[in-house]
Parts: sequence; C-alpha cells; structure tokens
Amino acid sequence: MLSIKGLKVKLEDEDKQILKGVDLEIEAGKVHAIMGPNGSGKSTLSYVLSGKDGYEVTGGAATLEGVDLLDMEPEERAAAGLFLAFQYPVEIPGVGNMTFLRTAVNAQRKARGEEEMSAAEFLKVVRARAKELKIDADMLKRPVNVGFSGGEKKRNEILQMAMLEPKMCILDETDSGLDVDAMKLVAEGVNALRSEGRGFLVITHYQRLLDHIKPDVVHIMADGRIIKTGGPELALEVENNGYADILAEVA
Amino acid sequence: MAEAAVKQTPTDAMIATLDMPLAGWSDSARRDALARVQSMGLPQRRDEYWKYTRPDTLVQAEAAPAALRASDEVPLFDQIDRLKVVFVDGVFDADASDDLTLEGIKIERLADATADIHWARDIYGALETRGQSPVARPLAALNTAFAPDGILIHVTGKVTKPVNFIYRRTSTTADAMLHHCIKLDAGAEMTLLENGPVAARFNGVLEVEVADKAAFHHVRAQGRDHEQRAATHIFTRLGAESTFKSFTLTANGVMTRNDCVIELTGDDANATVAGACVGDGGDFHHDDTVFITHDAVNCESRQVFKKVLRNGATGVFQGKILVKAGAQKTDGYQISQSLLLDEDSQFLAKPELEIYADDVACSHGSTSGAIDEDALFYLRSRGVPHGAATDLLTLAFLAEAVTEVEDEALREEVTGRLAAWLERHAS
Repeated sequence: MLSIKGLKVKLEDEDKQILKGVDLEIEAGKVHAIMGPNGSGKSTLSYVLSGKDGYEVTGGAATLEGVDLLDMEPEERAAAGLFLAFQYPVEIPGVGNMTFLRTAVNAQRKARGEEEMSAAEFLKVVRARAKELKIDADMLKRPVNVGFSGGEKKRNEILQMAMLEPKMCILDETDSGLDVDAMKLVAEGVNALRSEGRGFLVITHYQRLLDHIKPDVVHIMADGRIIKTGGPELALEVENNGYADILAEVA
Repeated sequence: MAEAAVKQTPTDAMIATLDMPLAGWSDSARRDALARVQSMGLPQRRDEYWKYTRPDTLVQAEAAPAALRASDEVPLFDQIDRLKVVFVDGVFDADASDDLTLEGIKIERLADATADIHWARDIYGALETRGQSPVARPLAALNTAFAPDGILIHVTGKVTKPVNFIYRRTSTTADAMLHHCIKLDAGAEMTLLENGPVAARFNGVLEVEVADKAAFHHVRAQGRDHEQRAATHIFTRLGAESTFKSFTLTANGVMTRNDCVIELTGDDANATVAGACVGDGGDFHHDDTVFITHDAVNCESRQVFKKVLRNGATGVFQGKILVKAGAQKTDGYQISQSLLLDEDSQFLAKPELEIYADDVACSHGSTSGAIDEDALFYLRSRGVPHGAATDLLTLAFLAEAVTEVEDEALREEVTGRLAAWLERHAS
C-alpha cells in the first residue's frame, strides 16, 4: 500500500536534515505504529507524505499503490487515497463544517472521475457517521473546528476520514490532548474503519493509544530513522522502560 | 482681456456644465446647495478627507467614457418579488418600471414632483446639509443643487415587498446624477434594493429619515462595468428605537467612493453599515468612508467592511465614530479588513473614534492579510483543489460582512454573486 524507501528530508529554509533515510512498507489491512521521542521526525514524515510546504525531499521515494506521492499536489494525494488526521486540526472561521465535508467528498470524487454525491445522499451518510462518533448536529453546522474542544476536533478528523474513505490513513498524535473517554471514542471510530483494503500509520508518543487501536507492527523512530521494528510487545517495552534502552541498544 | 485673466476653477467648470432644475418646492434647497458647493469647492487632492482617493476623475467637467460590457448573468434580485423602478443612463424609465403603487408607500419621481411636497421639503438637501459638518462633502451638495432625477418615497406602513432601483446602462458616456429621498413614518418598514452600473460616471445621494420605531433595510450592488466611476452619499437620521441597515456589494468599477453619514438622534436606535468588495487590477480603487454620530442614549452602531484585493487593486476605509457628550451607553463597533491576494495590492485604513461621553463601549479593528496557509493546506489535504480552497476561504472572509444582510434570500443572492465573481477571476 504505502512504500517509503530511503526518504531523506530537510527543512526548506534551514540547512537542517530531519529525515535521514526512512524505510517503511505498510500493507493493506495492517496497522503500523511509529513511536519515538520528541524531535525524532515522526510528524515531519506525516507532513511530507501529505504534501505540506516547507520541506525539501533530498533523497528516496514514497509511493501509494505504486504511484509516486512526492510529485503530487496535496489535493492529488488526497484523491489518490491518502489521509492525514492532523495533530492540530485547523480552525476555519466562516466555512461551515458540513459545506467543508461535502466540498471535500465531491472534490475527491470529481478528481477520480466518479459521480458527485447528491445533497440528500450526503446528508444521510454524514448524519449516520456523525452519530457513531457522537458528533451532534450543532457541530456539523458550526464553522470547521471553531470553538471545538480538543476531543471534538479529533472526532471531527475521524468523521472526515469516515466520509472520505481513504486507502491509507495517517494519524498524527491523535491521542494528544484527549482524556481517556475521548481517546476511546476516537479509537472506536478508527477501529470501525479498519478493513482489508485499508492501511493505517499511527504516530504516537505513548503506548496507551495502542491499547485501543491494536497495531500489527510497531516501529521506533529516532533521529530521522526507523531504528527498530517489532510486534505490539515493542510498544509495551517502551511504556515500561522508555526509549533510552532501545536507543542504547541500537547505538 | 480682463475676462481671460480670470482662471476658471474646476468647481466653476463643473457648475458651468450643469442646469439647475427648478420645480418650486425644492428651489431654495437647490440654491442653498449651490452656494455651499461654491464656498466649499469640489474635492481636491490636498484635501485631508481625500488623502487616499484621488478625486480628479470625479470632479472633472467631462466624465471619461466607460465601455459597456455584455453579461449573461441573471440580473441580481431577479428571483426576489419586488417593485421595479428602472433608470436608463440615469433617467427614470416609466415603461420599464412597475406601476409605482404599493400599499403603505407613496413613490414619486423627483423630476415630476412639482407640487409642494411638505415631507420631502424637510428632507431634500436637509440631511445632506447636516452631513456637511464637521467634514465637507461637496459632491453631495453639488448633487442636491443639480440632480435632475431621482425618487421620493414616503413610507407610512410596513411595506410587503422591496423596492428595487435598477440602473441600466446603454450609453458609454452618460454622466448621471440621482437624488433619492425616503421618509419612514413612525413604525414604518421598508427594504430598498439597488443594483446596476448606472452610468460612466455616477453621483448619487440617498437621504433617509427614519422615524421612531421605523426600520430601513438597504442592499445595493455596485459594478460590474470595469471603467465606471461613482461617488455616492447616504445621509440618514434615526429616531428612537429605529433601525437602519445598509449593505453594499462592490465588484469592479475603476473608482468608487461611498460615503455614509449616520446620525443617531433618538434613544435605543440601531445602525449598521456594511460592505463586501472584490477588486481585481491596478486601476481598481474603492473607498468606503463612514461617519457615525451618536447623539442619544443607548444606541448601537456597527461598521463591518471586508475587501478582497488582487493584482494591484487598492482599497480604502475611513470610518469614524463620534460620541457626543450625553450619548451614554453607546455601543460602537467598527471593523475593516482586507484580504490581499498578492503583494501588489494595498489597503489603506483610517479608523477614528472621538468620544465625549464617559459610559460607552467602542471598539475598532483593522487588518490586512493574506490567505491563511494552514487553512489552505488543511482544505487541500482533504482533496479540495488549490483554486477552490482559495475561493472557499475568500468567501469565508467576506461572510462576516455579508452576514449583516438580514434577509436570507438576499444574503444568498449576494453570496452567489461573490462566488461567481471569484470563479470569473480565477487565479
């Protein structure tokens, strides 16, 4: 599904290398988790994959189902099936959440040459999905993320994911700023979307999210590289001993 | 020889081209207005009130021609049930207009009003005169003196449908001057719609007297012919518990100066003046100048202006709130913002507060900025293409001003017009 080979990235404005050769293969139907200390390059990886400005790829490649991601505009990557759940979802005053969702769904459909969703059909689907995530009608009417609590913003990200039905989902520290109940709700939303044809990359600091979204593979990232890969037990090891042992082991 | 030595001033040159229509009841108002223009002189570049807008093309004796543009757009407000009052090149066209009778309202043509119209005598040029202090507005006085046409409306009840002044253009050179007076009796209500490019050059004055508990709603659209020029003035005086709401949509037009002068004279009155403006190109210049005087207790005023400027367009905002001594519990709000879509465009703002009462809440803010890059990336990451995402954010920016239009159908017409403009001017 998602294939990353030797990806090297620096900041555009600074001579600072962030990713120093990342290799990662995520198969359809699998959930991969990336853990790592602050500054290891986890969020940069998610931004570079989704096409945010400010980064320069200096080497390597990233493909989604064999298609080169790095050459595409952000909207083309989205239409190709990539989705990033933001660590800090952006507030957009003046744009209604519903308008935003419908514009996004239909823009992707149009880009893929599919028929646009009618207003009635869209409303039916969005209401059902929103209900599962305990998103009320008021949240759908309000401007995108404006005045939303931390938990509401993250649930809104998952609602977008559910509506857009991407092939490859990247969750960037979706657990940050959430209490246990909110985290469970978000995790349930994600789990409901797990399927044969869909890959997940869950980026997190802490193991606790992985209690709720059970990963198939866990990677440890440090200093711009994946330094260790293992099963779910690797996350528990980090939880118990921190990163120091793993870092020392690799060094 | 002696005659040749006296250089004619631009004011004299302009006056020499105009004829004063005399009709009896308005004669003295017109003569007084002429005297005001002569003593004030037309605006000049060095006038402080015209610091950001060059008045040259508005005061020169001959109007520059403006090309006519064909449009396949459905005219604005066409879907709205309204009473149509049509002007062609600045002249009332009875055949194109609806029958001017409507319950709760009396509509007359200024040029035909020869009998003594008592209510109009108290308004025609009178509100304009009040608006000449503390800042001179010579183009409005010129209009009072010479306007050959316009509409007089006396509103006695709640009018069931809006009155729509439709300004059509057929001539590339027409230099139009219109003067409208509206009086709303106590408790009366009406909505006035205005749209159309009027003329190559337009000097418009609208005087509105809003009596106690009356409500006046105004939505107008200026544009869309690119070379047209306009200087408009709205003068209004509000009685107790009355409402005045005016919204202006401006798209294109090479030079537009809109003055709005509001006087809150009765307690608990409420005034809103708002505008959304979209401009493209180095010769686009748009100026909103507002002067609101609070002279009563517990009144609220709002100024909400938003401009989207691209490819070297210029936007100006001069807004003042004057709170007189004794106008306690005043709530004054003023915001002017521009979205600059490139580095060549500019926005010049002069917000002013002058307060002589000690128990008031007044706020003002003015900003210029570009499209929010984070919001743009967020939209694009969800699959919305760059252009569509920019348009969505631009409309969202304008929405705060458009929201001031109370009627939903009218609000949607305005939003649709702005969206269509953005589509035509795709980056």
